[in-house]
Formats: sequence, structure tokens, C-alpha cells
Amino acid sequence: MINGLDQIFVIAKGLLLSLLWWAPAWVVQVVSAFVNIAAVLAVFLTLFALISVFERKILARIQNRYGPNRVGPFGLLQPVADGIKMLVKEDIVPRGADKVVHFLAPIAMVAPAILALGVIPYGRNMTAFSIDAGILFFFAVGSATELSVFMAGWSSNNKYSMLGAMRAIAQMVSYEMPLIVTVLPVVMIAGSLSPDRIVDAQAGYILGLIPKWFVLTPWGAAAFLLFFTASLVESNRTPFDLPEGESELVAGHMTEYSGFKYATFFMAEYFGMFAVSGMAVTLFLGGWHAPTAFLQFIPSWIWFFSKLSVLLFTFIWIRGTLPRIRIDQTMKLAWTFMLPMAFTCVIAAAVWHYAAGGILGWLESLAIVSLVYAGLSQILGARRNLSVRIYRFAE
Amino acid sequence: MIGAGILKGMAVTARNFIGSYFEADRLTTIQYPEERDKISESYRNFPFLVYDGDDPDAGLRCTSCKICEKECPPQIIYIVQDRDEKGKALKHPKVFDIDISVCMGCQICVEVCPFDSIKMDKSFELSKPERFRSLLLHKSDLAKSNSYYHEISPTQATEVDEALAAAAAKKKEKAKTP
Repeated sequence: MINGLDQIFVIAKGLLLSLLWWAPAWVVQVVSAFVNIAAVLAVFLTLFALISVFERKILARIQNRYGPNRVGPFGLLQPVADGIKMLVKEDIVPRGADKVVHFLAPIAMVAPAILALGVIPYGRNMTAFSIDAGILFFFAVGSATELSVFMAGWSSNNKYSMLGAMRAIAQMVSYEMPLIVTVLPVVMIAGSLSPDRIVDAQAGYILGLIPKWFVLTPWGAAAFLLFFTASLVESNRTPFDLPEGESELVAGHMTEYSGFKYATFFMAEYFGMFAVSGMAVTLFLGGWHAPTAFLQFIPSWIWFFSKLSVLLFTFIWIRGTLPRIRIDQTMKLAWTFMLPMAFTCVIAAAVWHYAAGGILGWLESLAIVSLVYAGLSQILGARRNLSVRIYRFAE
Repeated sequence: MIGAGILKGMAVTARNFIGSYFEADRLTTIQYPEERDKISESYRNFPFLVYDGDDPDAGLRCTSCKICEKECPPQIIYIVQDRDEKGKALKHPKVFDIDISVCMGCQICVEVCPFDSIKMDKSFELSKPERFRSLLLHKSDLAKSNSYYHEISPTQATEVDEALAAAAAKKKEKAKTP
């Protein structure tokens, strides 16, 4: 029964495919792939609809407001109203725009995000497309987002779009480094580039209580925080939403988009957020494993999606807290803090590995991470040279 | 340490987020169509005509003296005096129109009225499907009873009633002792 509930979707798919007993094997494979695609799209489109309303409600609560509560019970039908509004809006293409590229940019933006969602294990035996080098594939398609952002910015023939796209390229390329370097320790310890194998490497419990998740090791915790920060940048979320900084760039690369193309950009941004959060869950938070041994009776996919929701809530929480930082601060953070810390994580993981994961290795890697962190804090803090600004008016 | 300020800020927003579910006084929003805030007694927007008794037309205090029509800064009051069959002017308006699309709520008509006949209203839900004719209020739309006036601004209405009663008594006194 417990196992049945855990595998309910796998069993359902098996039943569906057993209707094709008469077909040749390659037809079954193709149909199986399409069933997976449909499932991933259905789940994440629903999640997108839900998060678009919950984000507004959470932000409202942070600011002591109610948030949307007019459409349907508790405002839950708000995405339907938004969707209808987006669909019936006029689709405006600027006269000077490169029309083909302008049309392709939103599609090129949303496709990699959906592709990236395919390699994440959502539960036991529930990876849509199990690829041996899944991690590599994830970051390869993830970096295609930069191209589509620049396509949108360039084809719009608008200075705001262009500036926004250039900022996007600058910050995304800079943060791709720490993002991928923080994944290295996990790949080193797990010894595989396959997301399923990485999740398996985090199985098991110490004394049946403490899970063997990578986030609970010193290098893992540091790498998780760095990965999370870098993923904020990669998904253009506050405080790194410079490419679409409303106060200076109208909406950045999305300035010249309206109607459903705009909605597609919006969707791509959220899909990117889901993908990168799902990857963070897979890499550091133990994937679909339960946090303690006796909670294993709850289906694995529930655990995955609860962890994903916690991360998504944190994304929204950060958006409700931090103001947008300047482009030079963003760049400085990437190259002077994130990158050295990411390499420190790699070294700490290596030390942990050669100490065979015992208590000594734990302490050693903690010492390495905290020493570098303290050192960097000292250096970067000292260089700041803050003083009271004296305003001089015309004399 | 890098990041300490961020944690402090996150704690503040978390406190606000959780607090908004448990502390009712955090949410100051009044959800308008369902909940209504109390309107201050001194609030005013557009004028209306007061009538005594039950008949909204015969009971009008307005004597069609046209002072308000002359004083109105945007010139939005239009009055035609009523006449009987013989053509004799009556102390009653035949037409009394106010174009509230132009009214600026200055209350000068109320200040100048010698008969306490025109007063300021508090109804603000005045959206109309059409701009011109539906915002031009006629006598029948403007006439509202004295009890309504008591309802919306009790202090002023009582003062007005006392003043009117005192004036009537004085008049009676004068009529008695010529």
C-alpha cells in the first residue's frame, strides 16, 4: 500500500502503456516520452498558476496587506483571470523590430527551461528523462536562456531592451561560474553526473534521524547557499533583477512585449526558477528522500515537492525583503566573493572526502570554509571605506 | 560578516508575514464593498435639497429665491420658479437642476441659503454609465427628507432644526403682538 502510493504515477503510466501491447517497441518508447512530457508540463503549469497567485499573496502579507482575494475562493482563480487578460491583449510588434527574432525569443526562452525540468528526479523512479550526464545537460540548456534574453533585447530595437539584455548577459555569464563550480563538490563526492545517482548518494540516515544530505555537511551548506544566490541571479529574481529593473529600464528585455508573448516570458522565468530550485533540492537537499527514517512512509514525490515549495517560498521571501542592488555591486559580489567561496567549497569537499567523511573531516572542512569566509568578510568589509556623504550645494 | 544584514532583514519580513495572520491590527486594509469605514461627520461632497414632512415635492424648504443659483461659482444650479394657474409666482421651484459633474463641493450654496434648504450630501457611490445626463440631477433626485439629513449629519441637522423652530416661534410672537 505504502509502496503503491509512492509509485502511483509510475504504475499509472505502466497501465497506460500496457494498452499498447500490440505496438512495436519504438512506438511504446515514443508514447512513453510524450506521457512524460505531458506530465511535466501539466504539473509545472499548475504550479506556475499557483505560484503566480501565492507570490502576490505572500508579498502582500509581508507588507501587511491582503493580496488578491477577489476572484474565486481566497483569490485562487486569479491566474485564470490573468490568463484570459493576457490572451485577449493586443500583440504589438514595434515597426523597427526584427520580427522573426522578436517572435522566436519567447519560445527560445521557455523551451530550455522546460528541457531543464526533464532531468530532475521528482520521486523514486520518477525522472522524466534519465540521462547519465543530466547535470551537464541541465546547465547546458540553462545557459541557452542568455541567448534568448539577448534575442529579445536586440530584436526589440529599443534602448531599454538592449540595456536590459546586456545587463542580463553580463550578470548571467558572471554567475554561471559560481553556479557550476558549487555543483562540482557534489559531483565529486557522488562520483556521478547523473541526478538519480546524486540523489542515491544522499540516501540513508545517521542513527535513523539525521539524513545524509549534502546540505548538512560544511562544504554542502556553503555550496548550497552559493548555489541558491547564483540561482537568484540566473532566474533574474530580486535582488538581482537588474535586467528588468523597473525604475530605470521600464521592463528590460520585456519592454516591447505584450499579450501572450509577455506571459510566455513570465512563464519562462518561473519555469527557470522551478528548474533551478528543483536542481538545488536534488543536489543538496537529498532529492526525494524523507528527512528522517520514520517519515519514509510519506510518498517520495510529496517530499520533493515540499522541499521545492520551501525553496520557492524563500525566493519570494527574499523578493519581499531585499532591494535591488547595483550592477557594479552584483559583479563585485560574483568575482570577489562568490567565486573564491565556490572554489573553497571544492577544496573543503576534497578534504572531507579524503578524511573518509568522519568527524575529523567534518571539522576540517568546516574550518576551511569558515576561515575563508571570515577572511573574505574582513578583506571585502575593510575595502568598503564608508563615510558620511557631505552634500555640497551651489555656494 | 557578509550576509548578517540580510538575515536581519529576512527576520523582519518573516515577522511581518507571520504577524499578519495573527495580529488583526496589522492589516489596516478595509475591504470596501463588504466592509465600510465610518465617514467623518464633517465629510461633504455634493448638495441636496431638504424637505419636511412626507411629500418630497410639496415639502421642499426651497423658496426658489435663486440666491444659490447666483452665488454658485461654476454656475451649475438652474432654477425655474413655479407659478400657479393665474401666473402668480409661488415660493416653490418648478425646476431645480444641479450638474454634479461640474460641482466642486465648495458649499457656498449652503452658506448663502437663507432657508436652510440646500445642504451637503455624503453619498459618494455616484458612478454612472453615462457622463452627461445621468450626472445632471433633477429636483426629484435632489429632494431628500429631513430625517435623512439627521441621519448623515446629526449635529448640524439638530442645530438647523432648533434655529428654524426659534425663528418660527419668534415669528409667531411677532404676529401675536403687533
